[in-house]
Amino acid sequence: MSAIDINIHCKIFPAIGKAGENLAIKNLQFSIDSGEFVCLVGPSGSGKTTLLNLIAELDEDYEGEITVGCNETDSKIGYIFQNPRLLPWRTVRENIELVMNSGHSSTIVDELLGVMQLTEAQQVYPERLSLGMSRRVSIIRAFAIEPDVLLMDEPFVSLDAPTARQVRELLVKLWCNRPHTVLFVTHDLREAITLADRIIFLSARPMTVVSEIAVTIPRAGRHNEGVVEAFRQQLLNDYPEIKQLL
Amino acid sequence: MPVLSLLVLLAVWQALAIYLNNNLLPTPATVATVFWLESVSGQLPYHMGVTLLRLLASFSIAMFLGCAIGIALGRNKKLDAFFDNWLVIFLNVPALVTIILCYVWFGLVESAAILAVVVNKLPNVIVTIREGTRRLDQDLLEMGCSFHFSARKMLVHVIWPQLHPFVMAATRSGLALIWKIILVVELLGRSNGMGYQLHLFFQLFDVASILAYTIAFVAIIQLIELMILKPLDKKSLRWRR
Repeated sequence: MSAIDINIHCKIFPAIGKAGENLAIKNLQFSIDSGEFVCLVGPSGSGKTTLLNLIAELDEDYEGEITVGCNETDSKIGYIFQNPRLLPWRTVRENIELVMNSGHSSTIVDELLGVMQLTEAQQVYPERLSLGMSRRVSIIRAFAIEPDVLLMDEPFVSLDAPTARQVRELLVKLWCNRPHTVLFVTHDLREAITLADRIIFLSARPMTVVSEIAVTIPRAGRHNEGVVEAFRQQLLNDYPEIKQLL
Repeated sequence: MPVLSLLVLLAVWQALAIYLNNNLLPTPATVATVFWLESVSGQLPYHMGVTLLRLLASFSIAMFLGCAIGIALGRNKKLDAFFDNWLVIFLNVPALVTIILCYVWFGLVESAAILAVVVNKLPNVIVTIREGTRRLDQDLLEMGCSFHFSARKMLVHVIWPQLHPFVMAATRSGLALIWKIILVVELLGRSNGMGYQLHLFFQLFDVASILAYTIAFVAIIQLIELMILKPLDKKSLRWRR
């Protein structure tokens, strides 16, 4: 059963001022299985964020169809944005509890804060947090609603390498505790190989699918950078068309 | 420092009064005596109370309506385009004109007085809040939408905190503007309140009383700033680094 079905004929941004009409997405089709972790890789500015906004129903001005989950019940979507988008006037804990239904159990929040190593910082206002901490809070916030589908938009961009690795490992830990469908946007192929079950390569504007490649390395072996690098080299050799996308 | 500057002001006043030696500029001591006598007789507290009640009523109505309309206009481009002209017109109608018209149309009654003040203040509040609403952070609004925030949650947790500086600006400029307009309203058509009293003193050339009432009222406004607005600011900005 697929969790997300995407069939977009086109998405056009209307002309503003001197900038003309902009065709962002054309004939984009793919589907994602339930519980699958899929990375979208493509050049920056290609329209990946636009695509996530369409899936999250933040933007409904397009031609085509997007189905999330089965039609009977509305699937819950957790969205982790490129910048953390925390409310600066609410504490870390308040930011998380705000998105949950009233009557939620506080143990879920405690647990998530524990896994993400933020228990001590829960009463702090976001402006006092480092970027890495803010990103972890935004990840917790998305997990807190127990989503069926998780959308992540380059959540580790502009973090230094060790912090990014740490947050990435914490993310995988959370995901393994409670597997659900993930759509993860990145332009870092190594990151995609480390995280994904399958990688979908997308072209520059107008965006469309170039190729879909399953990542065959077992998850246990992926913390070894040599293995990831070898897989990357092999990909680039086997699929020369993806080189220009990176 | 503020105490020192106030003392200097008093000293300048005292020196000037002694130098001129004229009834039309009484010394601070004379004004203080008048203030004391008027307070003890109950005249000053009564008229000031009446004016403060009018201030409270018209201020609350203007702020409530102004915030609601301002947010609506800031969020809805079509509505804004339609009512923009109205705003400019009402912003530029002189206070005296609205006051006279209100009294002419509705008679010399309390509600006409309050209405006149509200009509004067409302466009200012709307313009300020509309400006604030236009500057709302789109990222945070999207965040609220993606997590399916209810309208109430969106207003309380996402929109209102961002409007706070604009609301405070409207409050401060509003207090200063409203009480000055209220005095004119009272002078023209009421038989109590500060404006009415000042009118009497003017006819008697009683400068000492005029100064005593003015100082009392300015002091009250200062108290409102110190006791209510400053703490409110501090509380709602505690998240800032």
